[in-house]
Amino acid sequence: MDDLSAKSPCEGLLPATVGGFTLREEPPTTLTLIAPYAGQEAALSAAMDAAHGLAFPAPNRTTGSGEARAVWFGRRQAVLMGPDAQPGLAAHAALTDISDGWAVVRLDGDRAEDVLARLVPVDLRPRVFQPGHTARTELRHMMASLTRVSAKSFQIMVFRSFAETLVHDVKTAMEAVAARG
Amino acid sequence: MRISGLGHGMGNRPVSFSFNGKHYMGVEGDTLASALLANDVHLVARSFKYHRPRGILTAGSEEPNALVTVGEGAAGDPNIRATQQDIFEGLVARSQNCWPSVDRDVMAVNDLAAPFLGAGFYYKTFMWPAPFWEKLYEPIIRRAAGLGALSGTPNTDVYEKAFAFCDLLVIGSGPAGLMAALTGARAGADVILAEEDSRMGGRLLAEVEEIDGRPAHVWAAEVIAELEALDNVRLMTRTAITGAYDQGTFSALERVSHHLPPSQSLKTAHRPRECFWRIAAKASVLAAGAIERPVAFPNNDRPGIMTAGAVRAYLNRWGVAAGERITVFANNDDAHRTARDLLAAGVHVTAVVDSRHDAPDGTGFPVIKGAVVCDTAGRRRLQSVTVRSVRGEEKIQTDCLAMSGGWNPSVHLTCHMNGRPRWNRELAAFVPVAGVVPGMQVAGAANGVFSTGGALREGAAAARAALADLGLKAQVPPLPVASEEVYRISPLWAVPGKGRAWLDFQNDVTVKDVTQAATENFRSVEHMKRYTTQGMATDQGKNSNVAALAVLADATGRSIPETGVTSFRPPFVPTSIAAMGAGGEGQGFKPRRYLTSHAAGLEQGASNTEVGLWYRASYFPKQGETNWRQSCDREVMMVRNAVGVCDVSTLGKIDIKGRDAARLLDLVYTNMFSTLKIGRVRYGLMLREDGFVMDDGTTARLGEDHYVMTTTTAAAGQVMAHLEFLTQVVRPDLDVRFTSVTDHWAQFAIAGPKARALVDGLVEETVNGDSWPFMACGEITVKGVRGRLFRISFSGEHAYEIAVPARYGDALYRALVAQAERLGGGAYGMEALNVLRIEKGFITHAEINGTVTAFDLGMQGLISKKKSCWGKALSERAGLMDEDRMQLVGLKPAGAAQDISAGAHLFDPDASVERVNDLGYVTSVGFSPTLGHMIGLAMLSAGRDRMGDTVRLVDHTRGIDTLCEVVNPVFFDPEGGRVRG
Repeated sequence: MDDLSAKSPCEGLLPATVGGFTLREEPPTTLTLIAPYAGQEAALSAAMDAAHGLAFPAPNRTTGSGEARAVWFGRRQAVLMGPDAQPGLAAHAALTDISDGWAVVRLDGDRAEDVLARLVPVDLRPRVFQPGHTARTELRHMMASLTRVSAKSFQIMVFRSFAETLVHDVKTAMEAVAARG
Repeated sequence: MRISGLGHGMGNRPVSFSFNGKHYMGVEGDTLASALLANDVHLVARSFKYHRPRGILTAGSEEPNALVTVGEGAAGDPNIRATQQDIFEGLVARSQNCWPSVDRDVMAVNDLAAPFLGAGFYYKTFMWPAPFWEKLYEPIIRRAAGLGALSGTPNTDVYEKAFAFCDLLVIGSGPAGLMAALTGARAGADVILAEEDSRMGGRLLAEVEEIDGRPAHVWAAEVIAELEALDNVRLMTRTAITGAYDQGTFSALERVSHHLPPSQSLKTAHRPRECFWRIAAKASVLAAGAIERPVAFPNNDRPGIMTAGAVRAYLNRWGVAAGERITVFANNDDAHRTARDLLAAGVHVTAVVDSRHDAPDGTGFPVIKGAVVCDTAGRRRLQSVTVRSVRGEEKIQTDCLAMSGGWNPSVHLTCHMNGRPRWNRELAAFVPVAGVVPGMQVAGAANGVFSTGGALREGAAAARAALADLGLKAQVPPLPVASEEVYRISPLWAVPGKGRAWLDFQNDVTVKDVTQAATENFRSVEHMKRYTTQGMATDQGKNSNVAALAVLADATGRSIPETGVTSFRPPFVPTSIAAMGAGGEGQGFKPRRYLTSHAAGLEQGASNTEVGLWYRASYFPKQGETNWRQSCDREVMMVRNAVGVCDVSTLGKIDIKGRDAARLLDLVYTNMFSTLKIGRVRYGLMLREDGFVMDDGTTARLGEDHYVMTTTTAAAGQVMAHLEFLTQVVRPDLDVRFTSVTDHWAQFAIAGPKARALVDGLVEETVNGDSWPFMACGEITVKGVRGRLFRISFSGEHAYEIAVPARYGDALYRALVAQAERLGGGAYGMEALNVLRIEKGFITHAEINGTVTAFDLGMQGLISKKKSCWGKALSERAGLMDEDRMQLVGLKPAGAAQDISAGAHLFDPDASVERVNDLGYVTSVGFSPTLGHMIGLAMLSAGRDRMGDTVRLVDHTRGIDTLCEVVNPVFFDPEGGRVRG
């Protein structure tokens, strides 16, 4: 029997480069929403450290790097990005596979925050919003997760179905900033 | 007239531009206003109401007269202040509100009728007959009076909105603003310095004076260069702060490219015209300077009559003399600088007319003390002024009058949060009250400190105080040595005499209009404003407010503080809707949510419909089908007779886990979910707190502590928020966690007698009546992918919903449709889905529209008696279960006319069609190809008792008036045999 072929949320839409800015889709990976049960925060964090080498992140922060990261995702929630969550974590938290629910893109470029200043009402000044900092916010009309990955790059996540609008809105902002020269 | 050797900050390159179709030359750095004055063009506009010839009055954003249209066609921008428009090669500008030309304007006839057109004229004259106002009077008045017009075609320009953040926002870049920015920058604060002009420096660019032994504009340039080099400073020129709001938020309008020729290249094609900023600042310094006010004397509005400060600005900054024989008229020492500067530049100064008997003497020009200008002459350009003094009246030949009634501190932003300025008698002006905008310090001329030395000192101190509030310690930079000139003024508001004396140039309001308002008892300053239109519209009374209320105070025998001021409201400068709404045009109005089957649907020729933010296929036309009904009918029959496939991923899906998951569901749903067996699905109803129905849907139990709830598409967000409310506020003790998985799963309905054959053929597991009875659910593998299968139905047919991770949605959808087609079925859309569910009497938010109860729907039995639930108590209120409430019924046409419509209202056939006889309304209709006629669902008073009755259906908007029979809302297969089969 022929297997089903997979499509990424931004297939056919990205990458896009305008001026010094590039928007590309992150390679698909496993996203697990981890929501600790009552009183389980410390035990969960220890279990995450043992299983994946990272702690449960504080609000507006991320932990881990590279292949395994945990991104704070709202009240009592984080997303484990990269590895499949170790099943034992389910003793401490609700684990929900949301790998296919989100479009995950990355914006790179010198002063990429100028592009985002057209889209999100968040203070992204480098000394305020540093690498590893994250925010749940609105990106124009969409609710989003925004993370500074490095000095010059940001990760943006919106619901998968918004992928086309996301790409359109970010590209429009990239064009407006680039056109100012 | 250009004076060589004067002016600074100008380029050498000549720039050609056109104004009213004539070509002129200017110099790089010119504004349109300075370039026109350099070309001796003084008549630039016609006034708002009387079409009086008008010239340039000021040199800044307060300009009330010289409003022009720049550019042509869709990209043309009306009401651009010539004083703020930099010229560029090829600039095309023209006057507004005149026809055929600004020189010979037909509507100037209004001016002859002026005695009849004073304040209140419209209100008194056009009162009756009432219908004439909208159809006749208003259109004519609007055509006769007004400003520039829009092209009427969609604007193709790009606008944008943006956010900025800083520790210290400095508003204005004159001596106070520069010093404040410097102090903040050196203390390490993130500083934004916003200046509405194209160049930083404020009045330092317009005055002849020294700071630290250098020309003031040179000192300014040095400070700006230092600021520019710092990482923590952002200089924003052409950016007017337009409003002050809560929590340190400011709005600002940046004129990004009005000063540049239209884009010629791809790179600049996306360059915005304007950017609307929202700036969040921890602290702010308002250093917005002051605005010079005119004096109201008879015929004070002729081209060539300008404010004294503007005449100085054009001379010193742009090297342009506004006339050859210039007269100065003032009530303060400051205006004497105009005479001194003009004289130094070699321009003839006829006299300084000063209303004060103790005015200082002049060197090289006569000062006529205790005198006023009481009339002027010259139609298109000033020719002479009449001066009245103790010696009597004398005429002076002059082509430019530089007038000054003193300076008004720019207190506007301090008033945006309901602050009221305080009257300062010594300055004869309103000054801001400290602390009215939290975190804002006011410095320099905006604070009533008019000397340059004072402004520098205040700017530094204000920044230091602002930073101290943030816990930052700032060293005040060494204060430069600057002029400490004392501002001396004696109030002079209006000069009595024959002829109209203008207060508000933009709205054509005179002294007489204000006194007339007072006579007619519009004595409150707010009433006077509305009656005369003084200070209204885009000008916001920048030039005229104080003088107008002084005249009103005089007319009503009160003091100025007693009279008070009208409110200054945002925006400080006119702000285009295009900038504020940037990004919202076209499809930018709302985001678009696409299904994984979207592309496949389009390939099938699907017509899409919007459902909230989602785009869903409404029907799939096949060859030969010429309208949607044919496609819809075919798709309905396909589902009833074979099998159909429909993307239902838009339904909200909420994954719920935790040991109290069942408790949460028992709280939120009216019926029991804790008793639901693992591997089963149950339909549930949820109520709002007030007992009315909020939403319905199915919830599946996948494990002991694991449920998946589905909501309607419409209420997905509302239900999610409701669950957050219940778990955060009502039952925070419940140990339960949930998250939206709507977008994670692509989910497809497979419905029809051949549904099982289709599903069984695709999934690896065996799907039969034993393994998957009605309302069963579980995990399956489909073409190598793990997914979920639910045996549920929204069509009344034997049906399933199959879900896979969304990445496989496109592939699975194509496979399902291909398989369905092999079985004699295919894809069906929203139209068919709707007909199928109406045939079964299934409800959607067309029925559960927020006004219906479970009782109304005939679902009272779904409210469990064994437990409580959210909304249950209030659903039992008196009146919510009365038998005459509107109840869900079915309708089918009984008359000759077969058409019925949703939204129509229902009446007794014998009753007259009026509100008091209204029995209910139709919620949903569709043509049932299964039954061969229209069917509808309706909410009908005492509906369940009216089965078999005839009602009259009236839809005024569609012109439908017909009879219907009231029937059971379940039209098809009421026993439900098909769904279980």
